[in-house]
Amino acid sequence: MLGKLTLSAIPYDVPILVGTFIGVAIAGLAVVGLITYYGKWGYLWREWLTSVDHKRIGVMYIVVALVALFRGFADAIMMRSQLALAYAGNPGYLPPHHYDQIFSAHGTIMIFFMAMAFMQGLMNIVVPLQIGARDVAFPFVNTLSFWMTTISFLLVNVSLFIGEFSQCGWLAYPPLSEQQFSPGVGVDYYIWAVQLSGVGTLLTGVNFFATIVKMRAPGMTYMRMPVFTWTIFCTTVLIMVAFPILTVAMGLLGLDRYLGMHFFTNDGGGNQMLYLSVIWGWGHPEVYILVLPAFGAFSEITQTFSRKPLFGYKTMVYATASIMVLSLVVWVHHFFTMGAGPNVNAFFGVMTMVIAVPTGVKIFNWLFTMYKGRIEFHATMYWVIGFMITFSIGGMTGVMLAIPASDFVLHNSLFVIAHFHNVIIGGVYFGYVAAMNFWFPKAFGFKLNEAWGKRAFWCWFIGFYVAFMPLYVLGFEGMTRRMNHYDNPEWHPWLLIAEVGAVLIALGIVCQLTQLYVSIRDRNLAENRDLTGDPWNARTLEWSTSSPPPFYNFAILPEVHELDAFAHDKEAGIDTRQAGGNYQPIHMPKNTACGFLIGAFSFVLGFGAIWYIWWLAAVGLIGVIATVIARSSDNDVDYYVPVSEVVRIEQEHTHNLMAAQAAE
Amino acid sequence: MADHISSSGESHGSVGSYLTGFVLAVILTVASFGLVMSHAMSPAGTGGAIALLAVVQIVVHLIYFLHMNGSSEQRWNVMAFVFTVLSVLVLVAGTMFIMHDTAINMMSR
Repeated sequence: MLGKLTLSAIPYDVPILVGTFIGVAIAGLAVVGLITYYGKWGYLWREWLTSVDHKRIGVMYIVVALVALFRGFADAIMMRSQLALAYAGNPGYLPPHHYDQIFSAHGTIMIFFMAMAFMQGLMNIVVPLQIGARDVAFPFVNTLSFWMTTISFLLVNVSLFIGEFSQCGWLAYPPLSEQQFSPGVGVDYYIWAVQLSGVGTLLTGVNFFATIVKMRAPGMTYMRMPVFTWTIFCTTVLIMVAFPILTVAMGLLGLDRYLGMHFFTNDGGGNQMLYLSVIWGWGHPEVYILVLPAFGAFSEITQTFSRKPLFGYKTMVYATASIMVLSLVVWVHHFFTMGAGPNVNAFFGVMTMVIAVPTGVKIFNWLFTMYKGRIEFHATMYWVIGFMITFSIGGMTGVMLAIPASDFVLHNSLFVIAHFHNVIIGGVYFGYVAAMNFWFPKAFGFKLNEAWGKRAFWCWFIGFYVAFMPLYVLGFEGMTRRMNHYDNPEWHPWLLIAEVGAVLIALGIVCQLTQLYVSIRDRNLAENRDLTGDPWNARTLEWSTSSPPPFYNFAILPEVHELDAFAHDKEAGIDTRQAGGNYQPIHMPKNTACGFLIGAFSFVLGFGAIWYIWWLAAVGLIGVIATVIARSSDNDVDYYVPVSEVVRIEQEHTHNLMAAQAAE
Repeated sequence: MADHISSSGESHGSVGSYLTGFVLAVILTVASFGLVMSHAMSPAGTGGAIALLAVVQIVVHLIYFLHMNGSSEQRWNVMAFVFTVLSVLVLVAGTMFIMHDTAINMMSR
């Protein structure tokens, strides 16, 4: 009846997990209690959970990403603490079984649910506004994508308290991840979480590709698209190429585990090396799926706070496109040591070095944008400059690893860990935080507190160097990754320093939470309110509408005559909003609970399949199919906003604009 | 947000064309399974034959389910196809290159 699920699957004998459960339960009850106390369930359901508004979905994505950051960072600091303790006679406080789950969960959560969710949140909030569209091409699919990502993250967190998580690292290499060596449910949790969130990501890719191709404002040719939109465009192409590969890899591994097939097993003609090639065929483009949007955000921020147009817009676009193509032909650098001959390794080594060229071009473009600009040292700019320094170092160690001969020395060592945290924290994370600080007033109508933003930056920036530079040294000293215990006295001091770095980063996260708290508390102060919709004197269309934008974004679709349409209009004295113009009824999608329902049924399907509770899995699958059919046969999915409503909202914003101008 | 009422002139197929596609897909699938299970050909011959059947299967899906045809005026259909071929080529050809080289180098074959 309950498959593999028995009472012994609940880890009530592990104090750390019991403590975590109590903490999560108290926090959860507090949130539920507060929502009930203020009577906000109906509001939450109608305005957020069932919303198809891309801005609200974007905000929810980023909330999920911040929760995932918290979970992933808790894992990280536990690992660092274990390694600071587990030296010589001291076994540390985490037994290997638990420790292995932690490093697997850390990687899985940080990539799939922190970075991917953050990235999708940013593209949701910014792209339709930036191209002058009223929503995405498929608003229902958008809410579905969000819920698939969210329930997958939930599935990973359920594994904390029911059963176990994978102990095979964040990519679950076979044969370790096969039934023979991992008979528990951990790898199944991993497979289902990755598969279900992959559905969401792939749909997001299709959705935003269609949005950018079909829904740009009149006059916005490809070479007039803002750079952030360009990077998202290339990212969606990479998502559409790469995520099916991930689905296949997970599907084959799942067939091995569930149906006893032999794609990657040791016996029966399986070939685990094939898994490496397939999974990294997804895994390397994935890196660029994450970092390209960060590059886009840096471009927007640099030009805005340097008070001049971006240096080399065209080279930026071509560099982005070259990275998109090249990122598909470098994947072997993740397994140079697998045993391929010099032909293969040389080809992929050279391609990896080549991809550093367009990336370098971008760095120079940002530097030249700043050169002779009137740079405003806003908190957002701190992250940009911190990124350029940190990412350059990370990029150079990447080129070192791209040389097959040196990779043979460094493979699987902490040098690799230091390198990819160097580019992912320094590139992706700094970029997303900068973007969040930059676009926050657009989404909410008030600015984030700058003092706390700068404090968060310094903690993260210094903390990063203190935490990860020792790892480069440890890599040279031969320490391999994923170790639970060691007895080399030379490693111990470096690991203590790294622990200090992790604590500094923890302070950075505390500063970020304080920043959010202080900003929300002071949101009504005059200096924090954004009445004009253009708090930074920026250049692109999203700043031409109010903050937060009306749910239809633009009462009259803007007309684009040049790159940086809004800056051009401001110089030429054109009113981009065309306030008081000829308003028409606006065609908008209706909210729907179907995305939420399909997500909920998918969760049931995943949970049932993980525990071999087949009737439950069948209920989930039938629920998904029934909801899809019900949704497809529903014709009542859209409506028209009457002109009177548009006029009312637009006049209110005009009023705010005039008040803000009078205050100046 | 696109209109929910489809107004494009593209073909969306008919019951007949969907049935034809379905029957063809079933025949091709059964043929693949049959070839493997009956051991009618040598292992290498079987591999080649099911690869061929798979390619035909792809074409059937493209024509009957995704409505690709020569008369289509939307270049997006063609571009999507080129895109698919490109990604399949990169992955399949790349993987074969890597795995073949590895097998030779490691003398596992």
